[in-house]
Amino acid sequence: MIKSGFEAIVMGASAGGLEALHTILAALPAHFAVPLLIVQHMSPHSDNLLAEVLNRHSRIVVKEAEEKEIPQPGIAYIAPPDYHLMVEADRTLSLSREERVNFSRPAIDVLFETAAEAYGDKLIGVVLTGANADGSLGLQAIKKFGGTCVVQDPLTAVASRMPQAAIASTKVDYVVPLVEIGPLMQGLLEGKRG
Amino acid sequence: MEELENQNIEIRLLLEAIFQKYGYDFRNYSMAHLKRRISRRQLLDNFTSISEMTHRLIHDADFFDRLLLDLSINVTEMFRDPSFFKAIRAEVVTFLKTYPFIKVWVAGCSSGEEVYSLAILLREEGLYDRVQIYATDFNQIVLEKAKKGIYAIDRIKVYTENYQKSGGQRSFADYYSARYDSVLMAADLRERVVFADHNLVTDGVFGQMHMIVCRNVIIYFDRQLQKKVVNLFMESLIDGGFLCMGQKENLAFSEYFDQLLLLNEKEKIFQKKYLPGDRSQNE
Repeated sequence: MIKSGFEAIVMGASAGGLEALHTILAALPAHFAVPLLIVQHMSPHSDNLLAEVLNRHSRIVVKEAEEKEIPQPGIAYIAPPDYHLMVEADRTLSLSREERVNFSRPAIDVLFETAAEAYGDKLIGVVLTGANADGSLGLQAIKKFGGTCVVQDPLTAVASRMPQAAIASTKVDYVVPLVEIGPLMQGLLEGKRG
Repeated sequence: MEELENQNIEIRLLLEAIFQKYGYDFRNYSMAHLKRRISRRQLLDNFTSISEMTHRLIHDADFFDRLLLDLSINVTEMFRDPSFFKAIRAEVVTFLKTYPFIKVWVAGCSSGEEVYSLAILLREEGLYDRVQIYATDFNQIVLEKAKKGIYAIDRIKVYTENYQKSGGQRSFADYYSARYDSVLMAADLRERVVFADHNLVTDGVFGQMHMIVCRNVIIYFDRQLQKKVVNLFMESLIDGGFLCMGQKENLAFSEYFDQLLLLNEKEKIFQKKYLPGDRSQNE
């Protein structure tokens, strides 16, 4: 089955995520075909510097997600500290300060579950390094709505628990080493993998 | 996917039932947000479908009370986002001091933590004896809690840290008395506060305010409703009055944006511009 026509990628990372995101985003070309929506677990008091740091080291634009924003191709949107990031049915972004999910705000599951409904089978979900199980339910939802699931090979993860939990709970499509995730995403968008 | 479409229809019918039966209008709230809150209640109470929940809420007002709590976000802290309160002290208090009497509206006050925080701040800044705070929310249950001013003692550590970071001048313990598992906020912090039922979606202007604080409330509304509520705030503010929104609530979408001065970008503190001359005389 050839999968093409992807319209967005969601990624979730926890412990060790900065390095992982840096590796993946730095590998992407400036004119990347879809928007990337990203949750990286962080302290509620952190200084929104993540987007700035990643932007400096990537060819694509990396910025903090704003409410009601319409995600654009070639831009990576990072959930702000202490806010959940959600995708509405009309594919605009929403922020929320509801309860923590999996002890986290932002939570990966919240982004993945809402994005799964909004994008259906046009979505790629990527679970990266982390020391908890956030993202597992979200990846299940992405699978349920026909999306494609990618997990970082736990052996290449700073913290292996999160990718392991994701693999255990969902029949994921790809388990690949960190350095291959960027190229895999590219390949999926070009319809070369499927 | 058909299942998804059916679920959306069921949610819209549930919101319609709430509006017709109880008058609360959630129809212009963020759908992703509502869906998560409704699904949560469905899971907790083992409803087989959203339609079953709709039936229940029409016939069972107590159940609706619970659902109403689910639908609004009541997660809050004393001096939440300490940098906001610090900015109020540094940038707004000077202006407020020029008025003989000050009206402050805390819109969507939830269980009152922000109200007590502001009362403490205004007292330390020597403004408390000339202030009237209107603390409003559409939910009677959280309003009652706000009025009582009783909070769980295990939150105090966080509140104390927040208070210190916000530029607090005393010991936070001066403002409450602890008993068993709870703290009771000092009675004089309520003296200048009127707690009242007000719904931003369906109710109107009730006074001319010097400062309106409404942080992380309209973030759950769609654009159309956000515009309507910002209009309500603009009509409720005196010229030169302050509008304090949540850190991620930009007001660039509002038709009144050009009538606002962005005083502090990070904290989203706006000041309503002084209009040249009195419009009513020019007309």
